[in-house]
Amino acid sequence: MIEGIPIYHFLIVSTIMFFVGVCGFIIRRNLITMLMAVELILNSVNINFVVFNRYLYPDQLQGHFFTLFIVGVAATEAAVAIALIINIYRRFKSIEVQNVSEMKF
Amino acid sequence: MNVAMFYLLSAIILIFSVLSVTTRKILRAAVYLLFVLIGTSGIYFQLNYEFLAAVQLTLYAGGIVVLIIFSILLTHHISHKFERPALFNLLGGIAVAAIGAGAVLYTVFDHQFVASTAPALDVNMTAIGEQLLGMDKNGYVLPFELISILLLAALISAVVVAKKGKETEEL
Repeated sequence: MIEGIPIYHFLIVSTIMFFVGVCGFIIRRNLITMLMAVELILNSVNINFVVFNRYLYPDQLQGHFFTLFIVGVAATEAAVAIALIINIYRRFKSIEVQNVSEMKF
Repeated sequence: MNVAMFYLLSAIILIFSVLSVTTRKILRAAVYLLFVLIGTSGIYFQLNYEFLAAVQLTLYAGGIVVLIIFSILLTHHISHKFERPALFNLLGGIAVAAIGAGAVLYTVFDHQFVASTAPALDVNMTAIGEQLLGMDKNGYVLPFELISILLLAALISAVVVAKKGKETEEL
């Protein structure tokens, strides 16, 4: 742990980052920027896991491994999402969500 | 020194995360996201999780951001500028974020965190490797194998989805 910094300061940073991500997810109308907002959310949760691990249970590694697995899942999610986005762009010539409203082909 | 560094990193993270969801140029949003991810890895370094910080740098900052920038370049003009978001959406998003952040921060400050008194574990590569591939009490071999299958499935599905099929050419 870092001397002189209470755990609350980390939690404030990660909470604000999480809700900035939520806000971005709501106000953005573009698939790629919505994906970026999701990455922000996942990243803020990772900070929480790591800080709880370091401050409250320094003799274990649970939060560390959870963060590793979340990073791995985020990578797969980004890969599949970008494949889908490129396919949508090919079909509709746009990735704004209001233009992509039909599921049939 | 450490304290000042922490507040600097937090300021970088907060400012650039706000900029990343509000900027109207999409390539800039990706670059701001990169700064946020690098700041996060700096916090991991400060907490003495060097391996995790390296994973964050290589996978997030090196992998995902590059992937996002590639997809931006494939689908947008670089000079493309977004329209301003609709006022209703903007107000709704900010309201949801403010209410949620208020509730979470209230709960966090209401809670008394009790630190463990056990001596800190030295996080070196031996400990990480033995726990990641261990089958005993603190072993993580099952999620490790699961995520390997998940990565394989995602790789194949990404190739299949993004591949140009015959039926799409006819459309």
